[in-house]
Amino acid sequence: MDIALIQAAYIIAALLFIMSLAGLSKHETARDGNVLGMIGMGIALVATLWLALRDAPWGNVIAVAVAMAIGAAIGIWRARRVEMTGMPELIAMLHSFVGAAAVLVGLNTFLASDGAGDSVHLVEIFLGVFIGAVTFTGSIVAFLKLSARISSKPLMLPARHWLNLAALVVSAGLLVWFVAAHSIVPLLVMTAIALAFGWHLVASIGGGDMPVVVSMLNSYSGWAAAAAGFMLGNDLLIVTGALVGSSGAYLSYIMCQAMNRSFVSVIAGGFGSDGAVSDSDVDYGDHRETNAAEVADLLRNSSSVVITPGYGMAVAQAQYPVAELTSKLRERGVDVRFGIHPVAGRLPGHMNVLLAEARVPYDIVLEMDEINDDFPDTDVVLVIGANDTVNPAAAEDPTSPIAGMPVLQVWNAKDVVVFKRSMNAGYAGVQNPLFFRDNSAMLFGDAKERVEDIIKAL
Amino acid sequence: MQIGVPRETRARETRVAATPKTVEQLVALGYDVAVEGGAGAAASFSDEAYAAAGARVVTADEAWGSPIVHKVNAPSDDEIARLRPGTVLVSLMAPAISPDLVEKLRAARVTAMAMDAVPRISRAQSLDVLSSMANIAGYRAVVEAAHEFGSFFTGQVTAAGKVPPAKVLVAGAGVAGLAAIGTARSLGAIVRATDARVEVAEQVESMGADFLAVQLPEVDEAAASSDGYAKEMGEEYNRRAAELYAQQAPDVDIIITTALIPGRPAPRLITGEMVASMRPGSVIVDMAAANGGNVEGSVADQMVVTDNGVRIIGYTDLAARLPTQASQLYGTNLVNLMKLLTPGKDGQLVLDFDDVVQRNMTVARDGELLWPPPAIQVSAAPVAQSPAGKKVVKEPEPPKDPRRRYAGMAVGAVVFAVIAAVSPASFLGHFTVFALAVVIGYYVIGNVHHALHTPLMSVTNAISGIIVVGALLQLGSAQTSPSSQLVIIVLAFVATLIASINIFGGFTVTRRMLTMFRKG
Repeated sequence: MDIALIQAAYIIAALLFIMSLAGLSKHETARDGNVLGMIGMGIALVATLWLALRDAPWGNVIAVAVAMAIGAAIGIWRARRVEMTGMPELIAMLHSFVGAAAVLVGLNTFLASDGAGDSVHLVEIFLGVFIGAVTFTGSIVAFLKLSARISSKPLMLPARHWLNLAALVVSAGLLVWFVAAHSIVPLLVMTAIALAFGWHLVASIGGGDMPVVVSMLNSYSGWAAAAAGFMLGNDLLIVTGALVGSSGAYLSYIMCQAMNRSFVSVIAGGFGSDGAVSDSDVDYGDHRETNAAEVADLLRNSSSVVITPGYGMAVAQAQYPVAELTSKLRERGVDVRFGIHPVAGRLPGHMNVLLAEARVPYDIVLEMDEINDDFPDTDVVLVIGANDTVNPAAAEDPTSPIAGMPVLQVWNAKDVVVFKRSMNAGYAGVQNPLFFRDNSAMLFGDAKERVEDIIKAL
Repeated sequence: MQIGVPRETRARETRVAATPKTVEQLVALGYDVAVEGGAGAAASFSDEAYAAAGARVVTADEAWGSPIVHKVNAPSDDEIARLRPGTVLVSLMAPAISPDLVEKLRAARVTAMAMDAVPRISRAQSLDVLSSMANIAGYRAVVEAAHEFGSFFTGQVTAAGKVPPAKVLVAGAGVAGLAAIGTARSLGAIVRATDARVEVAEQVESMGADFLAVQLPEVDEAAASSDGYAKEMGEEYNRRAAELYAQQAPDVDIIITTALIPGRPAPRLITGEMVASMRPGSVIVDMAAANGGNVEGSVADQMVVTDNGVRIIGYTDLAARLPTQASQLYGTNLVNLMKLLTPGKDGQLVLDFDDVVQRNMTVARDGELLWPPPAIQVSAAPVAQSPAGKKVVKEPEPPKDPRRRYAGMAVGAVVFAVIAAVSPASFLGHFTVFALAVVIGYYVIGNVHHALHTPLMSVTNAISGIIVVGALLQLGSAQTSPSSQLVIIVLAFVATLIASINIFGGFTVTRRMLTMFRKG
């Protein structure tokens, strides 16, 4: 009876989670979706706490209460304090927690069963710990890279593909040993290897590929939870893990599509890492420099403006002045819209969150596919901190390393103003012929200050 | 140095190699410009306008006597005789199909630069007159067709009845073809286009036309060319293409053919039978008429009306029919060339044969024959793949054999069945749940708005904190007595703690983000 009730609670929680994700399909229902997720989580927690603690001694109850209270306090504190530009780091950190929890739960499951259990169960534990460990260290590295605590350059160990392969092969061998011997030794050895494997996997991927990496880790964290569900025989964990896992996989897929690269090529190494150097000696002609007053003039006399932000906007914290500029121009009757490339920023949807934070209405923030056809009718495009995502070489030069990547076709607009610190190449290491086009002008300097200058000049 | 711009002497030529605007730019590069009197008259540029722009208006002899001569058409024999040895002559020359001319220029000991021998590389695009002229010709081809066509291009519903839109078929989607597509589209016609290179399908579609592919699996390899131009196709391809044209001909009102392969007779795309199958009043513009024509029965520089009332236009001077614009673009191409040849911006022409563009264009110098130039590969697309290019250039994936996919699925199903047969029933029950949840997840996430991807990730973060369930059960049931149990308690405690961070942190930050999104 009790078990049946708890099962019912789990089913309801699982359905609520599905509805929660479904709610995120539209802005109007997104907040309700989040609330549904909270309710589902509440139901699941109450049921689990009752199941776990109804016969437990007080000591255990207190331990649970303390653990959850600390966790809740830290979680809510971090969530309230985090800057929107710091979202990628927070998300990566949270991924690592799921991974770590999966490792701990897996080890515990084995310890609690004292090595008993059939082979299937042991395989479940082994896989759960493996995925969890990879997620854990992978996310930690992603976190360190995103928060610039370590260099975001890809780590290039010699024979790195062989190292990865060796880690997988050795782990497979340890699995056989583990199932045969029911011993904790291979499990621990594998955990160590998986931790190193996860670390190396993400360390060898560069900063600009982070949207894919973060989505991938999101997916892994889901699979880790699902694997934990298998080892505990808990359907709620399986359902939730599968939802999260497929969600992350889908996001990774979108991100890879947006870079026209296969998932394997992103994971196996970043741009320019395989000797594909850009032809820097090609003469593209001269670029034209402009200043804030000229840009203000240009904007004043235009009727439609598109702003295409990139990671540079986040770095310069320019979203607030950009939003102010937007509202100023809109007051003057200028049609201002934003064009967001799917991999702009370091997280899927990162730019949208930053613009929302600065109170830019979401209905003028459009996706690449929605806005690409409108560029020929656009008077001015402001490219703020974006480079590879607006590079015409991707569409026009089949020899370019980024050839075939879908890009925002800003060069079709009448005028393009590029906000940039210097003439350096973007993440892909490819020179951007956009800067040398007749209809583009460069506005050098810190994006935030320059945008503020333009607002003043207006 | 002085640049001479003589009047064009070829019949029906209306263009001129410099306009007042380009004269200004040439003067800014340090050159003296001498324009023959009346050179721009046919293109609506008066001598006064040239003088006002800084040029001297001179006699033919003086223009021809300049150390640099800019022209549109290749010089006639008389004109070659007027050139002094050492003169730099820049004009269209078609060196690949006119070896006699190249030989005469060599014999005259002039430096001859062919504007139609610019290599097709991105850097040289600004000097590529073939592109700029083809663009104009493509536009004009549609205008000529519209002129001869007895109906509207655009569909209309009027009080006097409904007018269906004209259907236009453009054969060949090069620069001219794309310009024709754009023009016909903007007049409101339904436009279809074909090309041997399937990789241009996207460009065609971006211009608003339907791409009609010739159904042949190996086409993409066959047609991929390394020099940016289409090349001749195999027999099987031609047969299939002919079927396509035969099928389209009775259906469309206008056909514009642009298929030209440099230095070869134009391929025959439209046969007499196809022409005969078209409706009376239909119009064909054969833009390749000068090289023999893509259309059976087309005559260069004339319009022919067939027995069944189809008009075949074979004008070869389409670009020259927009003399003002054509001169301006041609002149700008020349200015860009002079910029390249005048590194010091001091009016001193310097030829640098290490530059492939300059080397490629120069067909003769100092009595030395320099044509044909050494080959350069301008496109690393499918055929010519360097080792580095291989990793970065995506080959279009060949369409997969569906049987292979089904076979793959069958193998997968069998493997799964074998594994399932040896697994316990409880595992299969869980696996059912897992598989269904993955499918649901895929469809639910597929609908998520792109702007909400970050909140999506934080919500999934929060709900993957559900792993706390495992930790809670372990922590709740743990005993304190044996010391091995102590490890379990510590591990479960830590797991509960960090999973709780996820749950509470994830939901809180999602909520925070979602409240920021507001409608304008």
